[in-house]
Amino acid sequence: MSILIDQHTRLLIQGITGTEGSFHGQQMQEYGTNVVAGVTPGKGGQQALGVPVYNSVQEAVESTEANATVVFVPPAFAAGAVIEAIEAEIGLIICITEGIPTKDMVMVNAALEKSETRMVGPNCPGLISPGKCKIGIMPGFIHKPGSIGVISRSGTLTYEAVHQLCQAGFGQSTSLGIGGDPIIGTTFIDALKLFANDDETNGVVLIGEIGGTAEEEAADWVVLNNFDKPIVAFIAGATAPPGRRMGHAGAIIAGGKGTAEDKKSALTAAGIHVVDSPAGIGSTMKEIIS
Amino acid sequence: MKIHEYQAKELFARYGVAIPEGKAADSVESALDTYGKLGSETVVVKSQIHAGGRGKGNLYCPDSGEKLLEGGVHLARSKEEVEKFAQTMLGHILITHQTGPEGKEVQQLLIESAVDIKREMYAGIVLDRAQRKFVFMVSTEGGMDIETVASKTPEKIVKQWIDPEQGLTPNQAESLAEALNLTGDQIGSAVAIFSALWTAFSENDCSLMEVNPLVVTGSDKVMALDAKINIDDNGLFRHPELKELNDPSEEDPAEAEASKYHLNYIKLDGNVGCMVNGAGLAMGTMDIIKLYGGEPANFLDVGGVANAETVANGFKIILSDPNVQSILINIFGGIVRCDRVAQGVIEAMETEKVEVPVVVRLEGTNSKEASQLLSDANFDFIVADSLGYAAEKAVSAAGGAS
Repeated sequence: MSILIDQHTRLLIQGITGTEGSFHGQQMQEYGTNVVAGVTPGKGGQQALGVPVYNSVQEAVESTEANATVVFVPPAFAAGAVIEAIEAEIGLIICITEGIPTKDMVMVNAALEKSETRMVGPNCPGLISPGKCKIGIMPGFIHKPGSIGVISRSGTLTYEAVHQLCQAGFGQSTSLGIGGDPIIGTTFIDALKLFANDDETNGVVLIGEIGGTAEEEAADWVVLNNFDKPIVAFIAGATAPPGRRMGHAGAIIAGGKGTAEDKKSALTAAGIHVVDSPAGIGSTMKEIIS
Repeated sequence: MKIHEYQAKELFARYGVAIPEGKAADSVESALDTYGKLGSETVVVKSQIHAGGRGKGNLYCPDSGEKLLEGGVHLARSKEEVEKFAQTMLGHILITHQTGPEGKEVQQLLIESAVDIKREMYAGIVLDRAQRKFVFMVSTEGGMDIETVASKTPEKIVKQWIDPEQGLTPNQAESLAEALNLTGDQIGSAVAIFSALWTAFSENDCSLMEVNPLVVTGSDKVMALDAKINIDDNGLFRHPELKELNDPSEEDPAEAEASKYHLNYIKLDGNVGCMVNGAGLAMGTMDIIKLYGGEPANFLDVGGVANAETVANGFKIILSDPNVQSILINIFGGIVRCDRVAQGVIEAMETEKVEVPVVVRLEGTNSKEASQLLSDANFDFIVADSLGYAAEKAVSAAGGAS
């Protein structure tokens, strides 16, 4: 098994005719992802990457039975694209776009809450179930099928963790970038719930960073729900100065809240193996699961 | 993006938020001119910098380091006092608990008519990340550091979460006014201000708005005595007029330069420069430098495309900091191949005069070919094949653990 995506995923690409959408669309196809259609308003009827392009998500879903969509739409129009996908009642939205205004994401969240749709991201690399399906911009070949679930607020740091896991002999069930923005769809807790029910997943790597309290909430959830698969966690930003936004819109220590120290102690108190060095993720997992 | 108090108040005025009469001044003459025009005997002279705690901060002479004045905000009761305060504030360094020890130069003042204050309160709008909604907060504890109130007496902060489709409703505005124990005419005045604040917040893509203190005047009017606004950087594309409010003198020059190259750079105090692709990995790289006993000189995310141009620009920015004793390049090559990145690093070494040791760690696609390219190049790169080794080498090249 794996979570959220597998060989049965039928993917729609919103923004398929743009530079990012077409480049990464092709990469996904080469990995083996079943891309069934694209959406670019005004370009309906054309073909792109060998699949039909539609004017709207609704049309695309009706014609192709797509069950997931990836959004490569520029920030100014991304929230509209996501809301369109929610209204078309697609099950899974992966939003890659970085730079969406927070105000727009508050609106998107309100629409998500009233729907059955799940969103991953925005401002994320996407997710991959190695050997089955890749949706996003991560390099597919660094991953191997296996039993570790990865949940991360970062992009390249996730690749680093995956690389270390492979070196330590672990493949991944699913590796999921949840995004670096202050408002995201799928949280650490949502992903942990899915990994808890995934028989193939034997351990989890959790990569957090400064800002917000999502890691602390995950730590509480792990305790309350007796999550019994081992978790190795790294929190980026122990050396980040307060009040500065560290690249990601959500990575900021504000009013003394959201420090790496607070997050590490909450996770440690929940029995999670917290590593201080980003180079120790794979080796620590190996020490725990051998 | 942060804006100054006087700019925030200009925005408030456009939305009908009551504020004291006043005007910004960038010289002693214009401060005196404003004093004359305001016609009130007592005015407040307020230093304008992008940091809180101005009232409790101190002013210093940038040349001698001599302390000139306690407090960056003062009541002035005569023309002579206005002149004295304007002279002591303008062009001098204000250090507050939020500026860091280097402080900030005061380039603007806000001169305002003094207000007869009956009560001081607090109002603010921020994002509640956990609830994924904006939240309107008020407190009876005005004029104090709101973070202190939040940690010591959280029950004194009353919140209303805002539904994005409805906005702040009249009922919510009324319950906020009631929570402040306002009475009679004060309630209507507060409700009007709260609604106007929310409209201003929402229409301008603000990420934070604080009025501390919000006051009740002697004539029972509710008024914003202070104003703090941050704009969501991601929303700025919709507001070219707000972009104009940016004050480049408030930024670190190297950071401003980096943003021209679309590089995400934050200057720190250490001596190990670092250049990384991706924000999370960039923070992780800073952390591991510290773990090996060094101090990172900066945060630098060169983004997804690490080519000769971005690497050269990265070198320029890092080397503009005289503290830098070594540079650690940590790139995880995914779709961007490592051999291309290595080629870029070599080309950048040729165009930039890099005289400090450079440790390069390239992992991912074609990393072996990349190592070969670096080893064969005419530069003394320290090529590292793991993150830990790279950090250790970069720290020792910078003179060892501090």
